[in-house]
Amino acid sequence: MARMDAVSKRTAQKIEKLAEQVMRAVKGGKNPFVEIPVRSLANVRFDPKKRIVQLGGQRQKRYFFNVAMAKKFMQTFLVSDACKELVESGKTTSIRDLYYITKHTIGETRQNTFEEQDESDPIIEDLEVALDALREELHLFASRKGSMVGPVTIRDSGDTIDLRRMGSGGWAVPSIVEENVIEFVRHEARYVLLIEKDAVWTRFNEDKFWKRERCIILQGGGQPPRGVRRLVQRLHQELKLPVYVLVDNDPWGFYIYSVMKQGSINLAYESMRMAVPDARFVGLSSFDKDKYQLPGNVAIKMDDGDVSRAKQMLAYPWFKEARWQREIQEMIRSGVKFELEALSRRGISFVTEEYLPRKLKEKDWLE
Amino acid sequence: MARPAVRQLELVPAEPAGRKPARLEVARPPRAGVPVPAGAGAGGAAGGEAPERAAAAPAPRAPKRRATAEQMAQRQREISISEFFTKNRHLLGFDNPSKALLTTIKEAVDNSLDACEEAGILPEITVEVRDLGYESGLRRAKGQAEEPAPERARGAGGHHPPDARSDLSKGEGRFVVVVEDNGPGIVKAQVPKIFGKLLYGSKFHRLKQSRGQQGIGISAAAMYGQLTTGQPIRVVSRTGKARPAHLFEIQIDTRKNDPVVTRDDELREWHQEHGTRVELEIVANWQQGQKFVNRYVEHTALANPHATVHYLRPKQERLTFPRATDELPKEALEIRPHPHGVELGALMLMAAESRSHDLKGFLGSSFSRVSPAVADEILKAAAFKGRVRPRDLAEDRHLAESLHRAIQATKIMAPPTNCLSPIGDALMKKGLVSFLQVIESEGPQEDGDGQLDLDHATKRRATGASSRKAKVQPDEAGPERAGGSGGPYPPDLEEGVEKIKGHNYFIATVTRPPRVYRGNPFQVEVGLAYGGSWPADKPIELFRFANRVPLLFQRGACGVTEAVVKTDWRNYLLSQPRGSLPVGPMALLVHVASVWVPFTSESKEAVAHYPEIIREIQLAAQECGRKLATHIRKRQHADYQAQRRSIFELYIEEVARALGKITGKSPVPIQREFLRVAEAVTEAELEERSETAPPASGPRPRAEAPGARAPKDASEKVSRNPRRRDEDE
Repeated sequence: MARMDAVSKRTAQKIEKLAEQVMRAVKGGKNPFVEIPVRSLANVRFDPKKRIVQLGGQRQKRYFFNVAMAKKFMQTFLVSDACKELVESGKTTSIRDLYYITKHTIGETRQNTFEEQDESDPIIEDLEVALDALREELHLFASRKGSMVGPVTIRDSGDTIDLRRMGSGGWAVPSIVEENVIEFVRHEARYVLLIEKDAVWTRFNEDKFWKRERCIILQGGGQPPRGVRRLVQRLHQELKLPVYVLVDNDPWGFYIYSVMKQGSINLAYESMRMAVPDARFVGLSSFDKDKYQLPGNVAIKMDDGDVSRAKQMLAYPWFKEARWQREIQEMIRSGVKFELEALSRRGISFVTEEYLPRKLKEKDWLE
Repeated sequence: MARPAVRQLELVPAEPAGRKPARLEVARPPRAGVPVPAGAGAGGAAGGEAPERAAAAPAPRAPKRRATAEQMAQRQREISISEFFTKNRHLLGFDNPSKALLTTIKEAVDNSLDACEEAGILPEITVEVRDLGYESGLRRAKGQAEEPAPERARGAGGHHPPDARSDLSKGEGRFVVVVEDNGPGIVKAQVPKIFGKLLYGSKFHRLKQSRGQQGIGISAAAMYGQLTTGQPIRVVSRTGKARPAHLFEIQIDTRKNDPVVTRDDELREWHQEHGTRVELEIVANWQQGQKFVNRYVEHTALANPHATVHYLRPKQERLTFPRATDELPKEALEIRPHPHGVELGALMLMAAESRSHDLKGFLGSSFSRVSPAVADEILKAAAFKGRVRPRDLAEDRHLAESLHRAIQATKIMAPPTNCLSPIGDALMKKGLVSFLQVIESEGPQEDGDGQLDLDHATKRRATGASSRKAKVQPDEAGPERAGGSGGPYPPDLEEGVEKIKGHNYFIATVTRPPRVYRGNPFQVEVGLAYGGSWPADKPIELFRFANRVPLLFQRGACGVTEAVVKTDWRNYLLSQPRGSLPVGPMALLVHVASVWVPFTSESKEAVAHYPEIIREIQLAAQECGRKLATHIRKRQHADYQAQRRSIFELYIEEVARALGKITGKSPVPIQREFLRVAEAVTEAELEERSETAPPASGPRPRAEAPGARAPKDASEKVSRNPRRRDEDE
C-alpha cells in the first residue's frame, strides 16, 4: 500500500500544479488555459513497429475566456477537484458517481454544471491525458461489465479466488485490475479466449469448454471495458498466454477485435497498457458462411451504416493487410452479416464442439 | 389629332385604357423632353402628325352600313383637354374620393414647393383639411335652431347621417382643402389661367428638375372640386409687401378649357407678406383618405428638409414638421436636351424651329454636349450629299432618319448634371432624423390600418404602453441601450447611430453620381433608418420619391420597388422572402431625381422600369446595405460580447471555488482576479478564438461537442439571427 500512497501523492500534486498554473496566468492578467493532448482520429497514429494505436503530439489549449470553451474549462476543474478529494481520501468511485458529485446548479440560473454524464465522461478522459494520469490513479472506474472463468487462481484485494469454481455466472471482472488489486497465483491455462457476447460466453461456460480446452474464457459485454482489456493484456504478458478473440461477423465485431489488438482511438493514450498486438481473430469470418455451411436465412442484411463503417475500416492502417482487406471486402460484397448465435443453427453446441476446435486445429485465424 | 380621340370616346367607351397612352403622348412628349411650342399638345402639332393620322383611321368593315361618312362627320368635333380629363379623371389620380383628397393636396403642395424653391424662399407650408359635415354639426349643436335647414343642405349634403352632430364625416363627405405657402405669389393676371386652365404652366417647356411637369395638376383639382361640389377654387395671392393681396374664385369652362373668374377682390389685409393660399371644396373620404394624406405630409417633410410643414386636420391637434436645415436645395439649372434622348419626330420638330442655317449650328445650339467637333462627327456619319439645311430635315423624313441614326451612332458626352438637385447625403440624414423625431413623439389619436408611421406611433402607444415604459426606464437610468434588442451599447454612440426619443436608429445615406437614361440625366439617392421602434418582423417601409415628391400608390408597379426587391438584402443581414421586400426594422428611402422622371402614368404614382434607373437604385441600395451590414455586425458583436461576459461571470464562481479547494486557498481573491481579467481579456480573446476554435471543434468533435453546445449555440444564435428568421419563413 505504500507504493499506492506514493502514486496518489503524485496524482494529487499533478492536480495542484494544474490549478496553480491557471491561477498564475490569471494573476498575470492572461487568459488561463489547460493544455490537453488532442484525442481524435487526426491525432492518432498507428505505430507499425509496436503494432498499437498511439496518441500523436497534437495538443489543444482549453481557454477559460472563450465562449466555446469556458464551460468545459470550468468542468475540468470541477472534476479535478473531485478527483483530488477522492485521491486524498483513498476512495474509489464510478464515473457515474463522479458525475453526480460534480453536478449542481450554477448560481441563480437554471444551468447545471453538467447536464448529462455524456458531458462529464470526456472531461475525465481529458483530465487523464492532461495530467498523464490513468483513470485508476484518479480513483475512478468505469461501469463494471465482463466475466471470466478458467483454470486459474487469482488474488483479488486479498481474497484468493479459484476461477474454476465460479458457477454459471463467472467472476465479475472489476474495473481496476492493476497488480495491487489483482494478482495471479497459479494457472494451467493454455490460452485466453475473449468472447464478444455474454450469451455465447454462457454457452462456453455451460459446456465447460474451458475445462476441456484448458483455457480462460472472458466476455466484455460488447466492446470490452478497460478492466477486461487490461486483464487480458496482463494474462498475455505475464502468463504468456496467446489470446483469441471470437466476435460477430460485422463491422462492430471486427472493431472490437481491433481495439483488443491495438487499442482504441479514444483511449489511444492507454494502448500501451491495454493492447495485445498478438491477439488472434478466430471468427466469425466472412468466409465461414461457406466453410461451415451456414444457411442464408441466418444472415442479417447490412444497413447503410454498417456498409459505410466497413468501408471506413478498410482505410485503417491496421487493417491494411491483404487478408483483412479480403475479409472486409467480402463482407461488403455479400452485404450480409452474421451473429455468433447463427452457428447454433448447426446445433446448440456446434460452436464449442466443432466450430472453435476446428478453427484452432486448422489455425484458421487472422492476426 | 382630335378626331381619333373622339371616336375612341364614342365608339369604344368601355376600353379607353388601351388607347390612353397614345393620346397622352401628345399631351406630353416625355421621351424626348423636347420643347414643344405652347398649345402644341392641345392640337397644334398637326404638321408632324398628318401621315400618322391617315394611317390610324381605317374604316370599320361592317356588313351593313349604318352611317355615311358625312353623317359621322357631323358628330366629329374637337374635345378639350378639360373635357377629356373630366371623363378620365382617374388618369390624374382622382379615382375615388379618398385618393382625390390626397391628389388635391399633393398638387397644391408640389406647386408651392416648386415656386418657393425657384424664387429662393425657404418654404413654410400649411396644409389644412376641414370637414364641413363635422363643422356644420358643431355649428348646429351650438346655434341650435338657427337656420338649420339650409346649413344642412349645404354643408352635409346627403353624405352623412344627420345625427352625426359632432362626429367626423363617415365615408364620403364635403371637405375643404387649404394649402398656403410663403412663396413668391402669383401676379394677378396669371392666376386665372394657372388655376383654371389645364396644361398651363411654366415647367413643361424646359429640361429641369421640378416636381410639377405639365401644368395639369392644380387646375385638375379645381375641376374636380367644381365637378363634385359645384364650388369654385378660391385663391389668395400676394407678390410682395407693398402690393395688395388678391382673392379669386375661379371656375373652369370645361368645354373650352378656359378659366371663368367668378370673384376678383382685393383684400385689404392678409397675414402673409407674400405667398399663395388655395382653398378647394371637394367631395372626399377622410376616413379612408387620411392615411394617404398623413403619409404624404410626412414624406414630403422627409424629402424636403428645408421646408416647414404645418398640418391641420379635423378634430386633431396641429402637427408641425419643422425644417431640418435653413439651406435651400441647390438650384436645378435648365439644360438643353441631350442628342441621345431625342426621337425622330422630335428631331424633325426641333429642326423646323431651329433658327440656324446649317445642321452644324442646329446641332450645336439645340442640344447639349454637342461641340463643333462632335457635330462634325455626326454629320460625317450621316454622310449627307450636298448641303442640307435644318429646314430640309423638317420636311424630309429620310434625311431626318439618317441624321437620327448618325446621332445614335456617335459617342457623345453624358448630359450636364447641374440640372439635378439631389437632396444630398447630409440633408437626407437630417430629414430622416427630424422625420423620426416627429414620428416618435407625435402620434395623432386616430385609427389607421397600421401601414403608416403616424398611425404606427399611435398604436404603439395605445397597445404597448407598458413595454414602452420598460424600454424608457433603462435609458434614463443606465447606459445607452438599443431600442430593439436591448443589447447594451458602448457608451459612445456608434457612427451613424442617432438617438431619437430614446430609440437608437442607424442612419445611412448614399447619393449616386448622376447617370443618364435615354438622354435624360438622373440621379439616385438612397437613405435608410434601421432599428429604433420599428417592428423587426415586418417588411421594411419603402419610401419612394421622385423629384422630392412622395409616391404613395402602385408600389408593386414601380421600378423603385423592383430594384429594392431585386437587391439581395440577405447579404446585408436582413432576411428577405423570395421576390419581396426584405424584412426588418428598417425604413428605406429611395429618391429618383431627374429632369424628366419617367412615370408610368399621369398621376405620377410609379416610376417606369428603365434598366438604367433600376441599376442605379440597386447600386445605391447595395452601398447603403453594406453600411447597414457593418452596423448590424457591430451590434451583434456588442450583444455577443455582453452575452459572453455573462457566461464567464457565471462560470468564474465555480472555477474559483474549485481552484480554491484544490490549492487550499480562499476562492474570493481568485474570483476577483478572474473578474479583473474578464474585462481585459474579452477583446483579445476574440482574435485568439478564431485561431484556436477550429482545432477545438474540428478534429475532436466527440470530445468537445457536448460541453461546447450550450454557449456555442448561444453565440450562433446571435450571429445567425437574421438568417434564422428567414429560415422560419
